[in-house]
Amino acid sequence: MITFDRDPNNYKHWKVDIKENKATLFLDVSEKDGIKPGYDLKLNSYDLGVDIELNDIVQRIRFEHPQVKVVVITSNQEKNFSAGANIYMLGQSEHTWKVNFCKFTNETRNGFEDSSESGSLKFIAAVNGICAGGGYEVALACDEILLIDDRSSTVSLPEVPLLGVLPGTGGVTRLIDKRKVRKDLADIFCTNADGIRGKKAVDWKLVDYIAPPSKFADLIDERVKKITSTVKLRDGKEGIKLNKLNRNITNEGINYDCLNAKINREDRIANIHIIGPTSNDVLNLEDIGKKGCDWWPLKFARELEDLILLLRTNELEVGVLTMTSEGSTDDILNVTSIIEKNKDVWLINEIIGLLRRTLSRLDLSSRSIFTIIDNNSCFSGLLAELLFAADRTYMLNNAMSPDDLKGPFITLSDINFASLEMVNGMSRLATRFNNDELKLKKLRNIIGKPLDAESAFEEELITVIPDDLDWSDEIRLSVEERTSFSPDALTGLEANLRFPGKETCETKIFGRLTAWQNWIFNRPNAVSEKGALKLFGTGSRAKFDNKRV
Amino acid sequence: MTNLNYQEKIPNNVNLSTDLSLQRALEHWQPKFKNWWTEMGPEGFQASDVYLRTATSVDADGWATYGKVKMPEYRWGIFLNDKVVDRKIHFGDNIGKPVWQQVPGDYRSILRRLIVTQGDTEPASVEQQRELGKTCPSLFDLRNLFQVNVEEGRHLWAMVYLLHAYFGRDGREEAEALLERNSGDVDNPRILGTFNEPITDWVSFFMFTYFTDRDGKYQLKSLAESSFDPLARTCQFMLTEEAHHMQVGETGITRMIQRTLEVMNELKTDSIDAVRNAGAIDLQTIQRYINFWFSSSLDLFGSEISSNSATAFANGLKGRPDEMRYEDHSEKNSTFTFEGLSLENTIETQTIPMRNAMNEITRRAYVTDCEVGLKRWNRLIKKAGHDIQLKLPSTRFRRNIGIWAGVDVNPDGKILQKSDFESKIAAWLPSDEDKQFINSLMVQVVEVNKTAGWIAPPSRGINNMDIGFDYVNLKS
Repeated sequence: MITFDRDPNNYKHWKVDIKENKATLFLDVSEKDGIKPGYDLKLNSYDLGVDIELNDIVQRIRFEHPQVKVVVITSNQEKNFSAGANIYMLGQSEHTWKVNFCKFTNETRNGFEDSSESGSLKFIAAVNGICAGGGYEVALACDEILLIDDRSSTVSLPEVPLLGVLPGTGGVTRLIDKRKVRKDLADIFCTNADGIRGKKAVDWKLVDYIAPPSKFADLIDERVKKITSTVKLRDGKEGIKLNKLNRNITNEGINYDCLNAKINREDRIANIHIIGPTSNDVLNLEDIGKKGCDWWPLKFARELEDLILLLRTNELEVGVLTMTSEGSTDDILNVTSIIEKNKDVWLINEIIGLLRRTLSRLDLSSRSIFTIIDNNSCFSGLLAELLFAADRTYMLNNAMSPDDLKGPFITLSDINFASLEMVNGMSRLATRFNNDELKLKKLRNIIGKPLDAESAFEEELITVIPDDLDWSDEIRLSVEERTSFSPDALTGLEANLRFPGKETCETKIFGRLTAWQNWIFNRPNAVSEKGALKLFGTGSRAKFDNKRV
Repeated sequence: MTNLNYQEKIPNNVNLSTDLSLQRALEHWQPKFKNWWTEMGPEGFQASDVYLRTATSVDADGWATYGKVKMPEYRWGIFLNDKVVDRKIHFGDNIGKPVWQQVPGDYRSILRRLIVTQGDTEPASVEQQRELGKTCPSLFDLRNLFQVNVEEGRHLWAMVYLLHAYFGRDGREEAEALLERNSGDVDNPRILGTFNEPITDWVSFFMFTYFTDRDGKYQLKSLAESSFDPLARTCQFMLTEEAHHMQVGETGITRMIQRTLEVMNELKTDSIDAVRNAGAIDLQTIQRYINFWFSSSLDLFGSEISSNSATAFANGLKGRPDEMRYEDHSEKNSTFTFEGLSLENTIETQTIPMRNAMNEITRRAYVTDCEVGLKRWNRLIKKAGHDIQLKLPSTRFRRNIGIWAGVDVNPDGKILQKSDFESKIAAWLPSDEDKQFINSLMVQVVEVNKTAGWIAPPSRGINNMDIGFDYVNLKS
């Protein structure tokens, strides 16, 4: 089973050096320590294991080292920054593995940019050697790229000419959207396996600054200093230690403190059940600091992130996630309010960031999501995001109940309008209503107001509101119907419906670039026995089916 | 330059006088080359007349024309072996198809990279050796140094010709970059690590020409098989010159050993101190220099298991040295078995696709070639009545590239415990004391017919000239 949590004392592929405002990450991939057998990680090439460590390292810097403002990514191998994703790993992997690998690496790269844009860490790639493919894509995700000008170090995206695939970890998109490289130059760059070095790399906007080896360290210092002054919310004194999650994996599911997942492999569904915060979590800032990673919002975010990643990688056939919750609506609203009021405090900003990125992982998971609101639920405040992340929502309607039950209720909060944006840069509510300002204004007016099923339905926040007689059958039928459809068609459908409206660099990466890459990953020109990806390293040339499709 | 004097200024057999675009490219490049030679070439001898061999054509008469010339006025020419009519590709996936007279678009960047990497080593070695004139053991040796230097310069020209003639603007940019990188320059180093270490003593120079230039020979032999015909023909001609460089190395080491044996016999001793006190180099020190230079030259062949070498072979870009000696020229499904490194850090037999083993196959041919000199030297030593034998260390010893990189192996090829290895490594390589001793011997001898005391005089002169001939006129 692949897991995603790592022990910071035991990194195999990275060395971390933290000095005052700067954390330097040295990539030094251990060749024999691939996460799966069958390939050597030569030339600082990476596989999922290398990226899991990177994700863990950056996450720990965010929380455990609040004085760090800038992260410098560089290499410990002479004349070699990184050769990118390991080709033999890609060549031997099943399609699903490749896709999940790319998704996770994409999310880690996006995480850099997410931090950078939200007042948290900034990133500098100090490219001190040859930097190819996925190695350059790591650099592209940083705020600045510094390239050593030793007349031989180049940056390159050789995927098309060498491997018959795309630079699929954001490469193509960031080149033209983020760095604004002209499309004809990008065309030359992406078809030239040798790459571009020195001044030309600056002229083409492929890198930001160059310096000869004797002055490279000075350049790094200078840029770190410059960028440090632009970081807004990294002024913490004491960090929050991220302890090991309290996780229990059994054959039937995965249990944490704030949530658990029951996996039904026969029916191919998993129920994710969230246990909301209690009054013990309604604290002042000082006490939140003391409670650290045990404070509910942080613990919840870490556990949900871990669960999503475990399900994605290890439970490929579980197609439908149902989400339920239990807890006090008051408590979740109070906790949400603490977050909203203190969002300029470094720790709270980091918690918001982690929640934002984790909920984005959910948006980007290729699983159907149904959120179910029953009598015990507490889907309000920040947890209301799980209503809007879902493909459908079901809310129990007790209006006609003979017992005169009130509720269940949902309550909106400011956080549902800002701070937890999706990768399209819009809140889930704005996305849901395709940025209809009038509608959003109306919704803002009911912030804090408890809505029962009928009023929530009226406000278009809920998909279906069965009464207690129809309740269990309605949900059962929907889930059974869902699992009977083609998984591929569903993935395509959901990925399209979840992101109406404008595009961003990230939506293009996850939509356009990833979709094309996954198409290419399935085509004989890449992956048949005579495909370019399979034959890489054997010396034989690929035999292409030359029809343009 | 006018059309008329092209043949005079740049001897060539590539129709330079009628190729306008090539002329333009070379005219732009040549002044930069001259500048580079003045700034980075042999230090202090640019005005001296040197008895040099110049190639003026590829036939038996023309390839070795001797005469005195000032090095900056040397006529660096461009020569390719004559074209073989209807030459066909003879290895890889395209066997039987005609060889390429132009660069195929799909191999453009990989061929350019091969040529640039080869080309970069040529000026690099001139730069590494630029101080050696100040400590030459004789005029004969000084002249040989300069002959090696100008020919490395000509090999640079040969690679620049290919870049100019076949690779368009990219090629011209690469040609300029070959002059912009400098050996040992922190900011603009040469591409391969070994070529950034200065060579400051003549023992190292002879070792370099014996071991490292021999790597060059094997790289050229691989490229001489190439399906890109101009590259193959260029390298074939370069090989005739490269042979001379190794000759300089082999005779140089032979003469050192001869001198050592003379001293040992005169003094009737094999005491290291006694040999050193008499101003000769003990065989143990020579062995340590062999250990150092052989092992660092082995790295130049690349990794034992290599996808690049497979690509180069399969596509017909780079063959095995003397490809025709092998039976199977496709090697598509064949395998290669060798002693590799297991996950537990032990030696184990491994089998890999033959095409991925091309670096190792070339390295083995090189090792066999290196053995020849060792055999000769050992005969000399034995004939002089001594038991000591020089030997090549294991190919696993002190490697920085490939599967043995960083593995603690002794010169016999055995894996040692780290602590054991670290306590012994200094004894296997030239120590600071060895280097100090060698440096103390490096005193310039430039009187006609005299030779430094640490090396025997040459047994015969250049081009049938007398040993006492003034091969270099220092102040002309």
